[in-house]
Amino acid sequence: MTIETTYLRHDRPLWRRLLLRPEAILIAAILLIVVLSILGIPNYLRPNPGYTISTLLLNAAPILILLLPLTLIIATGEIDISVGSTLGLSSASFGLMFASGIPLPLAAILSVLIGGMVGAFNGFLVTVVGLPSLAVTIGTLALVRGIAVGMLGTTSVTSFPSDLTSFVRSTVPGTPVPWLIVVFAALAIVFGVLLHFTAFGRGVFAIGLSTETATFSGVNVGRTKFVLFVLSGLTAALVGVMFTLQYSNAIGSNGSGFELRAITAIVLGGVSIWGGTGTLLGAVVGGLFIATVNKSLQILGIGDDAIYVITGSALIISVVVGSIASVISTRRRATTSTA
Amino acid sequence: MRFSNIMRGRHGRVAGVAAAFAVSAIVLAGCSAPAGDTGASGEANYNIVVMPKSLGNKYFGASDAGAKSAIEGFGGTYSEAGSNEAAPTSQSPFIQTAIQNGAGAIILAANDPQAVCADLESAQAAGIKVVTFDSDTNCRDAFINQATVDGVAQGLVDLAIAKFPTEPAQLAIESGGPNATNLNAWVDAIKSKIAEQAPNIEIVDVVYGNDVDADAYNAAKGVITAHPDLDGIIAPDSVSVKEAAHYLSDTPELQGKIWLTGLGLPSELRDYVKAGVFDQFGLWDVGALGQLAAYTAKALIDGEITGAEGDTFSTPIGDYTVGKGGEIVLGPLFVFDAKNVDDFDF
Repeated sequence: MTIETTYLRHDRPLWRRLLLRPEAILIAAILLIVVLSILGIPNYLRPNPGYTISTLLLNAAPILILLLPLTLIIATGEIDISVGSTLGLSSASFGLMFASGIPLPLAAILSVLIGGMVGAFNGFLVTVVGLPSLAVTIGTLALVRGIAVGMLGTTSVTSFPSDLTSFVRSTVPGTPVPWLIVVFAALAIVFGVLLHFTAFGRGVFAIGLSTETATFSGVNVGRTKFVLFVLSGLTAALVGVMFTLQYSNAIGSNGSGFELRAITAIVLGGVSIWGGTGTLLGAVVGGLFIATVNKSLQILGIGDDAIYVITGSALIISVVVGSIASVISTRRRATTSTA
Repeated sequence: MRFSNIMRGRHGRVAGVAAAFAVSAIVLAGCSAPAGDTGASGEANYNIVVMPKSLGNKYFGASDAGAKSAIEGFGGTYSEAGSNEAAPTSQSPFIQTAIQNGAGAIILAANDPQAVCADLESAQAAGIKVVTFDSDTNCRDAFINQATVDGVAQGLVDLAIAKFPTEPAQLAIESGGPNATNLNAWVDAIKSKIAEQAPNIEIVDVVYGNDVDADAYNAAKGVITAHPDLDGIIAPDSVSVKEAAHYLSDTPELQGKIWLTGLGLPSELRDYVKAGVFDQFGLWDVGALGQLAAYTAKALIDGEITGAEGDTFSTPIGDYTVGKGGEIVLGPLFVFDAKNVDDFDF
């Protein structure tokens, strides 16, 4: 937080500064969409409001969890686009191990560790070998998906205990909040504290602003990045296990394309793709914003194609407008300083 | 200092513009949305949602068109919902939406037999009837089977017997691949039916096109060269029949000498049958598949059937009986020829 705060302009009152943050604007937009949907879409709260809330959150949960460590990686200026494939590998391994008689908890733990190994492999190539993370994780995206699909072929494992699968889909008693969202909230607190309230987190932003400066300030750049890639792999694999139980279906194609959905949410939430700025709250709110828009459009009977067009256009238009605005404000600043 | 101000300003705008765009999209969509007919209680709810495996596929375009004509024919409301990608879980949100919109029935070609089940079970608990076609799930009221192994094999064997009723004939089978379970079942059934019903016909070879155009072309060429007395080819695989026809059309001296039939798509074989390269091929009528799914959904909504074995119902396209495991078989193989092939666009 400190790095952000140091750079904040102090010529405006605190409430105005908070109000103008992307998080605040997105939260307001989510509330506005919900209100408009309740007023304008006849079936929005059918069969009951709890169903709307629980399905919205349940569909969003895997992406929300995936984006937590990914936000930290993006804040360092790196990227990990192998998370969807790691999810698939974890799902396939979990299913295969469970079907071969390994007790379910052990199969789950081993699958999460396999994800950690994928993360360590990415981290090794990026930090030790020094390759660009985009190239490395494009490679593991394909490699890991290939292994995942190859493990089970076109078959899937579906024989998970139904008590457990229905529990994973269930909500906290008396609320419409799925248990998966409780898991998400716990992890979000962990990653939020790590990013915004620890020396490690300050190092993350410092690396994103300038690797050289960070190194001279005593941040262990390599170790920080390596830890983040391992955390990303472990988290993606954990989502893989939960996703498998959520749909009672272990198959190597699970989670394909999820990396782009997570990155979209993060960028929309105001985290710079170049690293250095942004908040975890912003990324999470970005994910919730997309989930809310999707829910409303789906109930209106608008298909996936149109939903993609709308989310894609929103992102592109906003980035283009953002760049133009920054060019204008740079020019204005330049003019005022020369005048 | 300056840098961070720019960044901060930019991110605020990013989110703001995106939000404004999405809000206006929803407002615009809301204006054109249907008035949410949720099916008044007491009256039958013929609000039926059709979910193909993915949108933009000609095959499902044809089945959905069939379902639409049937649903509108009995006064129901048709809607199509689905994803562009055939991912295992991509149909889940659309099933949830059908529940929220108070659908009477869902007609689904499942991308995955299990992944959609939790949501389909919620739908069934909400009183929605679930009919699957093309690809079954582990959780539905009825499944429309486009063709049984027996039906496919008998349809092709009937065409062979009509061509070679009594005189001795040598035929070869060109299939997709040696490990394709459904194709092997058809090949075995064709062989045993020929042995049983047409002692004059001899199956001299089985070759494989491997689902690849060039391989299938060479397989057809190879089997004709290897068996100089060959009279014809049965190709129960769409790539094989297309490429065998391609080879015959490239080799006019074989036309009329080598008879050909198989399972194929009208869109791929139209030109060959109209040019007289070969006469007939079979497949199920995909439009009728969609129609039968729609009539089955209506029968379930009306309580005329429950999906139990032995239930019978009448539809404008014929009378049907629910078989074992809630399966309803569309009917015998549909035969396409130069006269009717232009009526189909899948």
